[in-house]
Amino acid sequence: MRRVAKLSAACIATAALAVTATACGSTSSDNDTDSSSTGGKGGIKIGLAYDVGGRGDRSFNDSAARGADKAKSEFGGSIKELTAKSSDTPADREQRLSDLAQAGYSPIIAVGYTYAPAVAKVAKQFPKTSFGLIDAVVDGKNVDSITFTEEQGSYLAGVAAALKTKKDHVGFIGGVDSPLIKKFEAGYVQGVHDTNKKIKVDTQYLSHGSDTSGFASPDKGEQAAQGMLDNGADVIYSAAGSSGNGAIEAVNGVKGAWAIGVDSDQYEIPGLAKYKNSILTSMVKNVDVGVYDFVKSVKDGKPLAGTNTYSLEKDGVSLSTSGGFLDDIKAKLDAAKKKIVDGSVKVKTTP
Amino acid sequence: MKKLTSRIDKERLLLGIAAPVLAVVAALVVTALVILATGKNPGAAFSDMTTYGFASDSQVYILNKATTYYLAGVAVAIGFRMNLFNIGVDGQYRLAAFVAAVLGGALAVPGWIAIPLVIIAAMVTGALWAAIAGVLKVTRGVSEVISTIMLNSIATAIIAYLLQPGKLARLEQGGTVVSTKPLPSSSYFFTIDAGPAGELWGFIVIAVLVGIAYWFVLGRTRFGFDLRTVGQSESAASASGVSVKKMIATSMVISGAVAGLIGMPTLLNDSHAFSNDFPTGIGFTGIAIALLGRNNPVGIALGALLWGFLERTTNHLEFQGYDKEILGVIQGVIVLCVVIAYEVVGRYGLKRQQQKVGAELAAQAAAATKKQEVA
Repeated sequence: MRRVAKLSAACIATAALAVTATACGSTSSDNDTDSSSTGGKGGIKIGLAYDVGGRGDRSFNDSAARGADKAKSEFGGSIKELTAKSSDTPADREQRLSDLAQAGYSPIIAVGYTYAPAVAKVAKQFPKTSFGLIDAVVDGKNVDSITFTEEQGSYLAGVAAALKTKKDHVGFIGGVDSPLIKKFEAGYVQGVHDTNKKIKVDTQYLSHGSDTSGFASPDKGEQAAQGMLDNGADVIYSAAGSSGNGAIEAVNGVKGAWAIGVDSDQYEIPGLAKYKNSILTSMVKNVDVGVYDFVKSVKDGKPLAGTNTYSLEKDGVSLSTSGGFLDDIKAKLDAAKKKIVDGSVKVKTTP
Repeated sequence: MKKLTSRIDKERLLLGIAAPVLAVVAALVVTALVILATGKNPGAAFSDMTTYGFASDSQVYILNKATTYYLAGVAVAIGFRMNLFNIGVDGQYRLAAFVAAVLGGALAVPGWIAIPLVIIAAMVTGALWAAIAGVLKVTRGVSEVISTIMLNSIATAIIAYLLQPGKLARLEQGGTVVSTKPLPSSSYFFTIDAGPAGELWGFIVIAVLVGIAYWFVLGRTRFGFDLRTVGQSESAASASGVSVKKMIATSMVISGAVAGLIGMPTLLNDSHAFSNDFPTGIGFTGIAIALLGRNNPVGIALGALLWGFLERTTNHLEFQGYDKEILGVIQGVIVLCVVIAYEVVGRYGLKRQQQKVGAELAAQAAAATKKQEVA
């Protein structure tokens, strides 16, 4: 009896597999006849593939979104947005990019270094589409690799932290201990120590290795910041995507403590308005500038390609001044910036 | 022929089919309601899922995904048959893939030697990592649920520690991606070219072999019998002379060895290196798929295919403007529906059986009294 049930199950499975194998013929792009009409007429069709967190993370992804929004309002057209999940495989990221390419979106901007292998593959399949990749480098005629000198901006954040701390104790919270975030740490620590050798820097990463949850866990950010505050730190710099929101919240609970935001000017973000008086500054990574420049170049018919590095010199990274909390140390920050720009201070990219 | 048909118990067959059908229908209804609640049309969503899911490139994607998921499902199912909840599959496969990638990158021998070595290294790593939980369970009585969860975190930490430039990995161009030394192209596993649809991973063959081995060992050997016995009743098994401790340790090791294979399709067929964006969380997907497939080798295959189909098509739903969270809702609902449906159908079947036996007994009793009257 049981054997018969098993046998029938096996038959159904085989049949299902056979259907899977033979019903092919057409690829999904052949079926997608109507999707190309979704874009606005005449305008530019921007495809955005976000990293984990997506639009609304008040940080890295939002910055990219701002650039695309600006381009859209100037050139007209439409934006299509897709967002990564933390369980993504390379195949999922490829699918996201090729879905956009098949639907006729160009340029397509991959936000985040995890897209690097996917961009390398998909850009070859769609040579006529322009791809932008943020935070990583991929060679290809139709790929614009947009990178930033995070370590330089973080160096300035470190200088600001060193000048503002009263307890000679500051902290750094990284989202994931990836090489990218280590650039932030390296610059920050160097900036602190170049200003005052005696200052103690606590460093903590929220998640490790392949676990990227540290970029999207405000609770972890809050706990880490609380731990540092309890330990005596009074300026905390977090480079941790939306987890940084939690850190800012924790810092807000301690009088006299400062938070340093990242990627976007977090003082100006409505969702963080409650805590804005604790936000000393933000190390702004002008992803929006990179995105906008790239979209504009595509619009003008001369798509950027190769590696475009947005450095401190080119204002690719900078410290925000909203709130005016930096006004008293502005001269010293400008001096530090000058030293980096003229090359007398070399900022390390690894801690 | 008559003998064969007489062996088919129509009612049981019907009940066997009823459970999955009930589950899928219930899941569809709930999902439709959820999509309706978000203000979209579920009919359009389902039709988009079907057309997109059955396109040839989607099918290649689904089969590739299912290959990985199938191995994950089997790894978990081996534990389940023993009443062992191996949550550590996730850490086991990641550590195994990492070790295998490091070895594969360092080997400079022809592919026919390198590929088996890489696969064996992965299985051994997975097995050893699982063995820690197994040994703790049999010697100290530590619950495998707790120990494997902790071992997952430890595996993550170990990989994070070793996957750093200057240790066992190197920085890629741009300074943001850190990965192990890529495998030489001679060590790539074969792929089947499906034209414009993409490449079908050759590892699907290994997955099928694992499925057959799973079916054979559990269903056709003394070891498998012992294992299932221990799973159903430890006291009964030890009374009949089965060493329960040995069985627990062995099945944990086997589960870990299969878990070691999970990362192999990705490593040998796709990424060819272990980098900081290697897929995570597949071990947990495996738990859902083993539940879905009722620990049956064919069932797990169907579950894995369904999972791949859902991921592929819901990725596309996001593209069509539906909420991306729909995928999580559908997956959760399906697993819940399957578990509930089997329970409901099982209870109904039991009740029917009891009634039937009761009716037969009553008929027998009635016949006996009638006979007595005649006599």
